[in-house]
Amino acid sequence: MTQFVQQVVAGLGDGAIYASLALALVLIYRATHVINFAQGEMGMFSTYIAYALIVHHGWSFWPAFVFTIFVSFVGGAAIQQTVIRPLARAGELTIVMATIALLVLLNGLASWIWLPDEKILPNPFPTGTWSIGDVQIPQQSVYNLVIVLACVVLLWLLFNFTKLGLALRASAVNPVASRLLGVRVTWMLALGWGFAAALSAVAGILAASAQFVFTPTFMQVTIIYAFAAAVVGGIESPLGAVVGGLALGVTINLLGTYLDEFVTPDMRLPVALAILLVVLILRPAGVLGRTVVRRV
Amino acid sequence: MTLRRRVPWGVVLALAGALAIVLLPFVLKDTNEYRFAFVGSFFIAALGLQILTGYAGQISLGHSGFMLLGAYVTTILSVDHGWNDLATIPLAGLVAGAAGFLFGFPALRLRGVYLALATFAIPIALISLAKKYEGLTGGGGGKPLTRVVTGHEAYVTTWPIAGAMFLLAWLLLRGRLGRAFRTIRESEIAAVSLGVNLAVTKTLAFGISAFFAGIAGALYAITIGFVNPDTFTIALSILLLVGVVVGGLGSLVGVIFGALFIEYVPLYSPDILDWVQEPVGLSLDPKAAGAPAAVYGVILLLVLYLAPTGAAGLLRGFVRSITRRLYTSGGTEPPGQVVPKRREA
Repeated sequence: MTQFVQQVVAGLGDGAIYASLALALVLIYRATHVINFAQGEMGMFSTYIAYALIVHHGWSFWPAFVFTIFVSFVGGAAIQQTVIRPLARAGELTIVMATIALLVLLNGLASWIWLPDEKILPNPFPTGTWSIGDVQIPQQSVYNLVIVLACVVLLWLLFNFTKLGLALRASAVNPVASRLLGVRVTWMLALGWGFAAALSAVAGILAASAQFVFTPTFMQVTIIYAFAAAVVGGIESPLGAVVGGLALGVTINLLGTYLDEFVTPDMRLPVALAILLVVLILRPAGVLGRTVVRRV
Repeated sequence: MTLRRRVPWGVVLALAGALAIVLLPFVLKDTNEYRFAFVGSFFIAALGLQILTGYAGQISLGHSGFMLLGAYVTTILSVDHGWNDLATIPLAGLVAGAAGFLFGFPALRLRGVYLALATFAIPIALISLAKKYEGLTGGGGGKPLTRVVTGHEAYVTTWPIAGAMFLLAWLLLRGRLGRAFRTIRESEIAAVSLGVNLAVTKTLAFGISAFFAGIAGALYAITIGFVNPDTFTIALSILLLVGVVVGGLGSLVGVIFGALFIEYVPLYSPDILDWVQEPVGLSLDPKAAGAPAAVYGVILLLVLYLAPTGAAGLLRGFVRSITRRLYTSGGTEPPGQVVPKRREA
């Protein structure tokens, strides 16, 4: 039982990172109807910005964290305006290819600027555990969860209780009508990309500080988990992405603990994807997704 | 109105390409023949993806997985069971094709993004399995084939097969099946009401496409003489998709440009950077880590902006501008386009 609770908490800590990245994917999918394959690399690049601020410029962690999120927000909006917006009239596949080009570009730039060797991001969290009875709760997991949930709640408040949020939702649901009502839809799309970039920056920095070292490829596995989380939850559902991410983190950790014969660390990703396939076959629009009635 | 047969430019281009491929070995050095053998196997795999994505409208990020299957069928049969490696090629295609056909069933329920993300699973799962069952596959360390081919041997093995596969793709797509694929791409509702069986046609598209990828994988293994699971990551699937989009969606002839892009653009990225930065007066190190990838990303973006219809679209525009001059001396309308005469008021 002790082990079970510990693994659940550790799983929630990992899952928080997937959830944050999955939420970023969902935000962009709702706004642009495109999967952003570069989402993980955007988070990776933001992590390197935080790293440069902390290690090369002597900032302390939290100011660097906040500033990086701000820079990522602006950067995400800028990417939408410069790279994605000109392709708005092109086909879906062209936009997907553009995000793939961004993936390659950002990865190349990061290795070019900061070299591809292993870097250490100073960990701001205490690495110890809290003991509740026999149960050792890893503190880092709890902090990850708290930070991500705080971001999610902030976004939820913004989207549901502000005029800006209403405009953001409106331009995702019906861009034409929103434009007719005076919403600047292209700017709303840019803001959506900005929020997504900020979320992936949070995911990247948390993932890098949880790992001992990181390299320019460190988000490429995380992004696949995030894809799985977003799809399991239903790619249009923000709540689904968060729940999906947390559930995936917990499931993988529990399987890795109790079925360690079969689910070796190498097999975690295939197992996650097998779960994804089964969910998709049973519920093609995800667990919390809206099933669109189709004629054929 | 005079009826004039239009020149089948696709056929002309394909014949010109075939001639170029026959003549190339006389000019190329061995290393370049070797590279062109890789172009050939990328060409076959991208042809398969073109059938699936460009014609049937289904996206796949799993084709590197089907290539992996083909490569391992060839390796295991020729190394462990003493087959002639050329004889294994059709079987490699069939095994991969069967896998693709089976994957088509779950894929039936999914579309668009969901399908793309589900196909993600194929290479990841297959790579992990290949590493797990070391006895069969040699594990993560890879497995050498029985013979090492020279660049010329690789070239003369790959390209006749590539030519045959091109013909096969063309024959498949020009008839009933090709029309069914295109109808599904444009409108599934229309396809069903015209009597196209969606389930059969979509799984068939997956199967045929995977068959091509399997053959490509077998040839890749023979050319490189060594298979390793990590060759066939999603990055390779993405490269194939890049090849299809760069070549132009829905064009078989365009695929050759896509295959050349896959093989040669990463190779020449540092030179391209040098060439661009010299007039500007920059002096960045083009061989630095990450620089080629960054340049590659920029080139891909530029292609998407400047030629959204790919190489095939550019060619079509070029050919049209020539034929317009040829056919209509002094006139303005291109042939085949009947412009109704305006009624005099």
